[in-house]
Formats: sequence, C-alpha cells, structure tokens
Amino acid sequence: MYSSIVDHPIDVGAMIERVGRAANGAAVLFLGNVREVNEGREVTGIEYTAYRSMAERELASIVEEAAALGDTNDVAVEHRLGELVVGECSVAVAVGHPHRVRAFETARYVVEELKRRVPIWKREHYVDGTREWVSAATSKPETQLVDIGDER
Amino acid sequence: MTVTVLLFASYAEAVGRSTIELEVESGATVRDVIDRIREIGNATRLPPTPMVAVNEQYASRDRELRQGDEVALIPPVAGG
Repeated sequence: MYSSIVDHPIDVGAMIERVGRAANGAAVLFLGNVREVNEGREVTGIEYTAYRSMAERELASIVEEAAALGDTNDVAVEHRLGELVVGECSVAVAVGHPHRVRAFETARYVVEELKRRVPIWKREHYVDGTREWVSAATSKPETQLVDIGDER
Repeated sequence: MTVTVLLFASYAEAVGRSTIELEVESGATVRDVIDRIREIGNATRLPPTPMVAVNEQYASRDRELRQGDEVALIPPVAGG
C-alpha cells in the first residue's frame, strides 16, 4: 500500500511498478489530468492546495479501506499539488489484483473517496486571466456507464 | 482557552487569513468557533455550516473543544 502527496510530476511508470506482482493478472491505472475546458470556460491551468497533513492521513485511510474491500495490498495513490498546466497529471491511482473486476472496483473506490473526503482544493486559471476556486458542485461523480455486476 | 483555527482556499480568502489563534470559553464547541470566524470574515462567503475537522479528523458541530485543539474549516473539497 502506498499513498503520497507530492510537489513534483507524477511518475506514472513507477505507480504501475508499485502494484506489480506475479500473482496479479490485472493492473488498473487511473490518471486524473488537467482538462482544457471546465463548465464551458477555457482553462490554462490549475493550482492545487491542500490541508496537507490531513490530506496525507485521509489518503492513507482510503488506501487501507480500498485494500480491505478489494482484498489486495497492491493499492497506490499519488496526488500532486502546485501549479499544473493543461494535460498534466494531478492524481494517479494504481491497483493490482489477480482479477480485473476487483482491480477496477478498487481503483474506482480510491478515486471517488478521494474526491469526496481528501482536503484538497483547486483554483482554475482561465484564458482571460481570471482565477476561481472550484466548488464541489462541479466535481460530482460521473454517471456509471455500465453495471459490472458480481463477477469476481 | 485557546484553539488554533485553520482556513483554506476560498475560506482563507474570505477571512483574509489562514491561521487564527482564537480565545474561547471552556466548553466551547465547533459551532461557537464557526460563529466567531463568520463575524471576522465575509460571512456571506463563509457558510453557516461548513465542514470542519478537529485535529485532522472530520468532526460534528457539537464537538466540544479542548485547549490547543486545531480546528480546520474545510471548503468543499475538489481534489483529483
């Protein structure tokens, strides 16, 4: 299990390596990237800040919960702070598991709980030079596209 | 007794500070602290019922505080 808040670019390859194991037939990697348009406004970048000590604590709790739920210790998450430009990765979640369904579910749990609980905030910078804090109302979970059922 | 209030992001902007040492009466609750901070800051930008953490753990507004507690007012989180 691994969780960290960092001030440098996320090494995506290293995230996958953290959950690699011969028993794991599946590895899932989720990346959250800075998007060029939000709520119809053109974005040049995002500035991330956090209540760092609590964010580290919450992230560690989420990883432990996810590991218990998914029955795997191969759960890793890294969130970056500071100023990021469009296209850069702000968060990476990696999960290794013998089977794919649990791997997907476990990664999803980490992402959704992170967005719900971890005290991190972002301020978007727009093309016109203005800046605004993003409220939770614009970060609701997206609709689930498919019911992945009970297959394990 | 004294508690340390931490403000972040939009709340820090609304109040103009990120840390406030606040003198409160013994037995004061999180709710009392919120009310005091809203008097200092731009109350229209600080909701009456923000999320709160005491000593880095989410807490209810009824939570009774102790000397030295760290009370953080948590704006809607937006990680990821």
